[in-house]
Formats: sequence, structure tokens, C-alpha cells
Amino acid sequence: MTGAVNLLIGLAMGLNLLALASSRLPSVIRTVAVQGVALGLMPLLIEPRPDWMVVVVALATVAVKGFVIPALLGRAMRAANIDREMQPFIGFVPSLLLGAGGTIAGVAGARLLPLLPEHAGTLLVPGALASIFTGFVLLVGRVKAISQVCGYLILENGIYLFGLLLIRSTPLLVESGILLDLTVGVFVIGIIVDRIQRAFDSLDTRKLTALHE
Amino acid sequence: MTALLTALLRLALWLALAPLLPGIINRVKAWVAGRRGPPVLQLYHDLARLWRKGAVLSTLASPGFIAGPAVAWVALLGAATLMPLGPAGGAVSFRGDVLLLVYLFAVARFCTAWAALETGSAFEGMGAAREVSFAVLAEVALITAILALSVQTGSVNLGAMLAPAPGAGAVLLAGGLFAVLLAENCRVPFDDPNTHLELTMIHEVMVLDHSGPPLAVILHGAALKLLLFAALLSQAVLPLGALPAPAAGAAFAGAVLAVAVGVGLIESLLARFAFRRVPLLLTTAFLLCLFALLLAWKGGAA
Repeated sequence: MTGAVNLLIGLAMGLNLLALASSRLPSVIRTVAVQGVALGLMPLLIEPRPDWMVVVVALATVAVKGFVIPALLGRAMRAANIDREMQPFIGFVPSLLLGAGGTIAGVAGARLLPLLPEHAGTLLVPGALASIFTGFVLLVGRVKAISQVCGYLILENGIYLFGLLLIRSTPLLVESGILLDLTVGVFVIGIIVDRIQRAFDSLDTRKLTALHE
Repeated sequence: MTALLTALLRLALWLALAPLLPGIINRVKAWVAGRRGPPVLQLYHDLARLWRKGAVLSTLASPGFIAGPAVAWVALLGAATLMPLGPAGGAVSFRGDVLLLVYLFAVARFCTAWAALETGSAFEGMGAAREVSFAVLAEVALITAILALSVQTGSVNLGAMLAPAPGAGAVLLAGGLFAVLLAENCRVPFDDPNTHLELTMIHEVMVLDHSGPPLAVILHGAALKLLLFAALLSQAVLPLGALPAPAAGAAFAGAVLAVAVGVGLIESLLARFAFRRVPLLLTTAFLLCLFALLLAWKGGAA
């Protein structure tokens, strides 16, 4: 069971690096979607005997992160007529190296934390730290609003991984609330992206620093 | 005496088999494209034809123009004597031979670039610059992969490093080494061996001014290098030491063949990357090898 969980988290860590290295927006969105599906399946693997609540949460996570949010982002991209090239502040090779450094630091740093013995063998905490760091790099290092949303989603995936440590004590309401927040957030961002595009004729967030009437 | 004889026999085997690999790759490419394609033994015919021809020498070129390809070929031949062949082991094997292998590759590259610069052609200088700058990144990945194998087995001897099962990092190592193989041998995502546009070539542009026997030596050396990397990749990934000798030999030959087919498929299905994307791909290969190294390290500690 731990082997399968570690394999999925390893996959998610690989997808982090893929998201940092890809130069096209759709491929980043796809990467985030696959990562969401991989992480959504995790509760089913972690729980020895999943009850209906865990199954519902897992299915909802897979549906929302794997299909609803990518569809919303794709719609926003089409609506705002964004070209697919990413514009990096931090180049692809440096961000890839940063992400790899973050992953290694996550693995090394998790050893120093006082974890429960049942969590010490898994990659849950290193994966969470690595995803959060990758999310930060994407948030800071990309120009376009949509790629920053992808960074935010990867950041959220990391936080979700951290939350899996507490899977037995988090009520259903909290889980579904987070999912709903995420969906609404991405939905609103989709509208905002459209507005930014109309107001500034570009999604370059650097232009948002200048105030307009 | 018998040891010398077997060593010579094995060298002859390396020399004879090397031109087969590009033939197989071309065959796969022809098959994917639905063409009949050149015969598998085409490179042998080419080499024989080139060997009979005379060489055109520039009046500007120093003897290095001829010496470069020759030294590169001998260096690759030396690497072939070090490379173990599945269960048979290497013809020459000693502690630290893996370092010599890396340096022999570097010598071969230096000599090819040197011979390319001899005629003073701008295109060849460009190709040499590209070859060397990509090699800087590819070499880092190769050395990291070798470090991973070395940490895994606690040895710096090629035969001992490549025999045991490679452990959890095998997939990462396979990906990283395959990318290095493609870059070092100027295969498709990095360079197109069939292109005839000087601006986009790397390896081919370096040998533009060579003709006759020197060109034959260069082509044969390139084939030898491809076979060397294919052998290194398959032995690094497959647990050949755990199998009985005949099965290991068959698995080794099958893996080398699979690498050739894989290269052919990649060449048929992918286009060459833009130059600015190449460092990204090579960095990815380096990171794959780096993670394999960390896995080997951590696995050894636990």
C-alpha cells in the first residue's frame, strides 16, 4: 500500500518538474489535471478500508481537479484568445533546477520533522513541500495570469497532500468546502482573465501594477 | 597469449558489428514511413566505397585534419575494449576504468572538433561549437549516471558496476542515459543525421570537408560510439548479472536492438528541437540521473 502511495507521489513530483519545464499553456494545464487526478486517488489508497465518505471525497476531487477546473481554464483561454506560449520571468532551465532543488530540499527537510511513525516511511510530506515550492516558483516566475493560476493549483495540491496526513480527522464538510472554494476561485479567475484581456489587451500581469481610472 | 587473442577477436567483433546499428535505425525509419529503405548493410558498402576513394586535402589544413579522425577512432576503439559485453565482461578491466571511458569519449570529441576546425570553414567551426556546448551538458548527465551506478554498487569498475540489478532508479537512469545517447550521437531531438542544411547540423557539418578514408573513419567511429552508448545503456538498466550467461547474452543483444529500434522510432515520430530547447532537455536528462543518484544514495543508507 505504501509502495503504491509513494509511486503516485513520485509521479506527482515528476509532474511538478514537467509543469516547470513545459513552454505551452495547454500542456501545463494538462499536467496540473493529471496531478490532480493522481492526488485525488490517494485517499482510497491510504485508507485501509475506505468508507463511503472517503470514496465520495476522492471521486469529487478527481472530477473537480481532473476535469472541471481544466475545462474552466481551457474555456478561459479560448474566450480570452490567449496565445499558448508561456512567458517566463525565470527561464525554463533555472526554474527546472529550482524545482529539483526544492524537491531535494523537501525530501531532506521532511526527515528533520517530527512525524508520526506511520507517516515517516511515505513521501507525503516531501511531496507536499515539493509541490508547494513548485507552485511558488510557477506563481512568481511566469508572466501570464493563467499560468499563475496553474501555479496556484499546484500549490493547492501540495496543501492537499499535507491535509491527507489528517484524513481521519477532517470532516467531509471541510473537504467539500475546500473543493468548492477551489472551483469557484478558478471560475472567478476565468472571468477576471477575460476582463484583464479586454482592459489591457494582454494577460501580462506586469501591466497590472499601473493604476488606471 | 590466448588473452591477447580473445581481446583482438572481441575488438574485431566490435568493429564488425558497429555499422549494423545505423542500418537498423534507418530500416526502422523506412518501415515507419512506409518506404523500402536502404539495406541494413548499407553503411558497410558506404565505408568500403569511401575507403577506396582518395581524400581531398585543403592546402590550409595541418596534419591534424587527418590525425583528428584517426585519434578519435582509436580512442573509441579503446573505449570498446573497456566496455563489458554482458556476461563476457570487458576485454580489459581494472579499478577505475570507468573514468578512462569518460575521458576516452572526451578525447574522441576533442579530436573531431579539432579536425573540423582545421579547414577554417565557418560552418565547421559553428558545428564544432555546438557539439562541444551540448556535450558540456550531456557529459554532466553521463557522469551523474555513472556516479549513481557507482554509489549503487560501491565500485568504480565498469564490469562490477554494470552487472548487478540497478534498483529503484533504473527507470530514471534509463530515461537520462537514453537522452544522453541521443545527444552524444547527434540523433533526432538534438540533431538530424539526414539534414543537409548546414545551419541546422551539428555532427554532419563538422565532417563536411572530410572525404575518402578519413570520412570512412569518422562514420565508422560514429557507429562505434552509438554501439558503445547502447551497450552502456542496456547494461546499466538490465540486471544482467542476475541471469545465467546465455540468457544474459540474449537479453543484452535484445536490449541493444531495442535501443536501436527506439532511436529509429523517435527519429520517425519527433521533429528536431529548436536549439534553445536543447539545454532544457539535457538538463532534464541530468535531473533524471541526479534523482537516480539520490535514490541509490538513500537506498544504500537505509
